[in-house]
Amino acid sequence: MLIELKNVCYTYGAGTVYEVSALDGIDLQIHEGEFIGVIGQTGSGKSTLIQLFNGLMKPTTGQVFFAGKDIWADGYDLRSLRTHVGLVFQYPENQLFESDVLKDVMFGPKNQGLTPGECEERAKEALRQSGIAEEFYSVSPFELSGGQKRRAAIAGVLAMDPEVLILDEPTAGLDPAGRDELLNLIKHLRDKRGITVILVSHSMEDVAQYATRLLVVHEGKIAFDSSPKQVFSHYRELEKMGLAAPQITYIMHDLRERGLRVDVTATTVSEAKRSILMALSEHRSLSTD
Amino acid sequence: MGEIALGQYYPSNSILHKLDPRVKFIGTIVYIVSLFLVNTWIGYLFCAGFLIVMVILSRVPFHFILKSMKPVFFILVITMLFNLFLTPGEPVVKFWIFTISDQGISMAVRMGARLTLLVMGSSIMTLTTTPNALTDGMERLFSFLKVIHVPVHEISMMMSIALRFIPILAEETDKIKKAQIARGADFETGGLIRRLKSMVPLLVPLFVSAFRRANDLAMAMEARCYHGGDGRTQMKPLRYAGRDYAAYAILAAYLAVCIVFCWRHL
Repeated sequence: MLIELKNVCYTYGAGTVYEVSALDGIDLQIHEGEFIGVIGQTGSGKSTLIQLFNGLMKPTTGQVFFAGKDIWADGYDLRSLRTHVGLVFQYPENQLFESDVLKDVMFGPKNQGLTPGECEERAKEALRQSGIAEEFYSVSPFELSGGQKRRAAIAGVLAMDPEVLILDEPTAGLDPAGRDELLNLIKHLRDKRGITVILVSHSMEDVAQYATRLLVVHEGKIAFDSSPKQVFSHYRELEKMGLAAPQITYIMHDLRERGLRVDVTATTVSEAKRSILMALSEHRSLSTD
Repeated sequence: MGEIALGQYYPSNSILHKLDPRVKFIGTIVYIVSLFLVNTWIGYLFCAGFLIVMVILSRVPFHFILKSMKPVFFILVITMLFNLFLTPGEPVVKFWIFTISDQGISMAVRMGARLTLLVMGSSIMTLTTTPNALTDGMERLFSFLKVIHVPVHEISMMMSIALRFIPILAEETDKIKKAQIARGADFETGGLIRRLKSMVPLLVPLFVSAFRRANDLAMAMEARCYHGGDGRTQMKPLRYAGRDYAAYAILAAYLAVCIVFCWRHL
């Protein structure tokens, strides 16, 4: 087990009149190699939750474990934890600051205390994986396009070679092509490097397609925690939480209601296509008989 | 961070909160003037009494007003010490090279009282008035300066925008700081030079974002046809109500009493 949360609560402004409870009694276990999607309404506590994973926020009560060790125990090295658990915030391009792209990506490895040679190697590797061409290495990060900036910023976290990669809405504000490219990159990284991915998203389609496990955060609690298929079968409850199932799930339910025997648990377009074609051929053979 | 975001304003619904910001601004000036008019114990007691009544009327918890003393506490102590030791007069205590005179004691206490009342008095204004109402009031009060081509409206607009952006930039700083900590940045340890250097990854993105925001805001203002102060009307123009005139009357009476104190050397 990689990360474990035990009865974690987080309260903003504890002890003042402005007290707001963001998380309430979270128990959670994250295993190696998982691709976890996190969904929830704005203000449900998602962002707080992911900041607990790498020790940026300290739970008001409860414990956080990484690789079996309590990260808030005395003498625990939080800085090294942050190199194991990489966190990419929303709009990560806002963190770029160096005079050229390569130097910016080297910032993380440098903080890890690697030699300049190792830093450069790591940075180049991360940039290559993020799909930034070599001609941009010496360009100011502020001259890149929006999508490139985003990828450079993600490379800045990847260069630290984390075991867990947490991304908070990495596709917000990207065009459809940029979005698909980025998500495929993340999937590729997980398959190739074997890292654990935690993806916060507002797109049900995205999490349905990529995640192996889905967490639904609602009012500071984890409302659902299972495979995307199972979670989306509760689409009526999800709607009450201000969420929804992927569009395709609704289509499948509609088709079923109209008499076509399709698989209503399909959550991605390719699954749905297969199921609809199968149902249609079944339907045709029945009607010819 | 929270402290910056909330500012000094203490939300309540007291009579002082409801007063026109212009009344409160002029009232504060009157109060400061009165503190320099009086120079006797009875005078100071009278001023302190007036302040206590205002504090009660404002319904702001007293410790909030005390908190406003924190930044000037050091200056207060130094002022009192200088007055205590350096005022010539009949020596009371003498040790080594220091002499404390009776004049010195009285001067130090009076200076301390004056400074304390001054800071507390002006904090009543900032505690009961939102920054926006305050700049609004100041714009109206100083609009006579337009005659000599002082861009009063523009200055007040700049002040409003600056005030509005303080919490936004504070939040932004927090965000960038966290993002850099997540990349292994260290803002806490090391010597002065190292710490200054470690601020670069924080300050560069902050400046970039501040410029971007300024650009966006300018664009949004242009899109809504903002063209400066001339002929511009307000959504909630400031209008004096009965209580504002009453407040002016009370202020005038208060100032008159202080002038009498000063004149009679009471």
